[in-house]
Amino acid sequence: MKQVYINSVASISAQKTFDNAEFLNDFIDHEAVVFPVVNPDYKAFIPPAAARRMAKGIKMSIVASKIALQESGLDQVDAIITGTGMGCLRDSEKFLSALIDNDEQYLTPTAFIQSTHNTVGGQVALELQCKGYNFTYVHASNSFESALLDTKLLLSNEEENNILVGGVDEIGEHTFKLQELVGHVKKEPVKASELFESNTSGAVYGEGANFFVLSNEKQNNSYAELVRVKMFNTLPKDQLTETIETFLASHNLKISDIDLVILGANGDADYDDYYDILSQGVFKETQQAYYKHISGEFNTASSFGFWLAAKTIQSQILPAVVKRNDLKSTGFKTVLLYNQYRNENHSFTLLKQC
Amino acid sequence: MSKGVAITGMGIISAIGNNVAENFQSLIEGKKGISRISKIQTNHVNDIMVGEIAYTNEDLVEMLGLNSDNSFTRTALLGAVAAKEAVANAGIDDINAYNTGLISSTSVGGMDMTEKYYYESFDNKSVQKYIESHHAGDSSQKIAEQLGIDKSLVTTISTACSSAANAIMLGARLIKSGELDRVVVGGADCLSKFTINGFKTLMILSDTYNTPFDDNRKGLNLGEAAAYLVLESDELVKKDNKKVLAYVKGYGNANDAFHQTASSDHGDGATLAMEKALKVADFNPDNIDYINAHGTATGNNDLSEGRAIIRVFEDKVPCFSSTKAYTGHTLAAAGAIEAVFSILALQNNVIYPNLNFKTQMKEFEITPQLELKHKPLNAVMSNSFGFGGNCSTVIFSKTP
Repeated sequence: MKQVYINSVASISAQKTFDNAEFLNDFIDHEAVVFPVVNPDYKAFIPPAAARRMAKGIKMSIVASKIALQESGLDQVDAIITGTGMGCLRDSEKFLSALIDNDEQYLTPTAFIQSTHNTVGGQVALELQCKGYNFTYVHASNSFESALLDTKLLLSNEEENNILVGGVDEIGEHTFKLQELVGHVKKEPVKASELFESNTSGAVYGEGANFFVLSNEKQNNSYAELVRVKMFNTLPKDQLTETIETFLASHNLKISDIDLVILGANGDADYDDYYDILSQGVFKETQQAYYKHISGEFNTASSFGFWLAAKTIQSQILPAVVKRNDLKSTGFKTVLLYNQYRNENHSFTLLKQC
Repeated sequence: MSKGVAITGMGIISAIGNNVAENFQSLIEGKKGISRISKIQTNHVNDIMVGEIAYTNEDLVEMLGLNSDNSFTRTALLGAVAAKEAVANAGIDDINAYNTGLISSTSVGGMDMTEKYYYESFDNKSVQKYIESHHAGDSSQKIAEQLGIDKSLVTTISTACSSAANAIMLGARLIKSGELDRVVVGGADCLSKFTINGFKTLMILSDTYNTPFDDNRKGLNLGEAAAYLVLESDELVKKDNKKVLAYVKGYGNANDAFHQTASSDHGDGATLAMEKALKVADFNPDNIDYINAHGTATGNNDLSEGRAIIRVFEDKVPCFSSTKAYTGHTLAAAGAIEAVFSILALQNNVIYPNLNFKTQMKEFEITPQLELKHKPLNAVMSNSFGFGGNCSTVIFSKTP
């Protein structure tokens, strides 16, 4: 079993994260119920005519892929693995609206083609001319973790050596309205910096693309080692602590060995209690970080959490904007991520300094 | 890498039968499940033919014993029926006795309900329950719940028409690596206006019965189906003295990297997928006794796949046929239903006829199997290719 390393990162998010020379230097304190992404200069990566035809999710993913590939020093990867909860949602809505509004007439194929969930993985493969292994995972808030698990398996078993893995989701207007309707979104705009004091139901939404090159060969500039990712379709509240302890024990770790715990809390008063159990319980004396107040919530928001973990381990700096307490300012060697969305699809991801 | 992963159970529901036995009966009787669409109101009713499952949603709800306030989409209903048959077939009483996961796949997810209530959801509270059933992972979560799988690995793959083949592949790798002891793998897709109209705009739907590998083929018939396999580790098979139906012997996944919807002229991705699968199985091409082809009956697929088969097998192409003329193209589920057909072929030493074939393709000389053929089979190759250049091949064998 080979060890697996994060050799490069790339993030397009609601913060200015696409420049790897920076690390959340300028915090944008959005005030909204949905946070827009800070767009990179797409033209620098994609010819403008091609970019105009591309769905937002494809555009973000191609740019993030190119940044990640560039930083890894590779010209090509062996495999491309994508996680996306909803795929290119705007094109799905565009095709479906046109279908319903025009009674199945005057439809064109472009939106339908882009609506398939694997369109991002396919487009990135086309762009990189990568004929290797290509998978797309679409399992709600465990979409990115599924992609990571597959990546880890392939690299550990030396089936592949370098893999581009990422998470991407885009906001779709109609779907967003439906999610507002059922109370999954906050009713009033909230300031990012005050999200966790809002004490109201629902989350603030976002979108973004976070891509990484993972490898079974360590480089001088590797960010961290991916030790394990584990998923649970369900996890009762009263078994959470015990399950985390068992998970850590299987890697010969105790709670006190964790230097930083990064939690996927999203400010939803109805569901953040899972995170509270940990932050006020076993991890009370551990340095804690939250990130969804700066990225917004989306199915693959946890890929932004993964980016945060990798950057923190590499730089040994935890930006003030994500700190939940102030117990540790350096020595981030072993980092644990925990995420769930609305009490489903829980995941633990364990990273180590390498 | 050459050791196969044991398959101990299978379940299926398709246009040619509501369980494994009915599907097999239709296959050997040459009985097609293709008809005019009856359960979806569409303007294209007279322009297309489909592989539709006879049961209504109400029938399926009753079969599963669900409450009337359930939020199951048709994808989830079909998936739950087939997955339950697979688990029962594997003789599993206590699903959580061992570390058991579910790897499902779908392309439409809950689109059937979303398109029905797209605007109505805003005014009618009673249909809002389907809003959260739209995303692709929802049907998997519901199937897992129906099977009683909790606190475990449940995920969903969506790589268009190769999805379920990839679910089988991932499942086999999870067992080999010891991540799971047991895993239910497969896929489900229902018919929807969305996919009918999408494929219509691509102009690849036939207005009559689809004719795979025929020179005058006019396109595909969409179908709906669900199928699942149960894979188990060698330790469990030994410990519980399990009957093994067949083995997942090899698998290969590649990307054509040619076009978002079309396959390359010479089937580069398909060739790579078949070659990789043979390598994992530690097989030579002549170890394959039958190929259950993707064979969608579109101009593009059958030409590209045929050429790829010739590239891999050269002048020794084994018997091959597409079963899409029976079931229609069931998209994400195709890889799973054809896995069940492949396993049945191995168990019964039989090759299914490629129905509706009349005219030899001009571009090459290979001809699909046209009559039901009894022949000892040791290994069957199953191809599944999809949009986005996704190409997958799985090899099933009688011995590990």
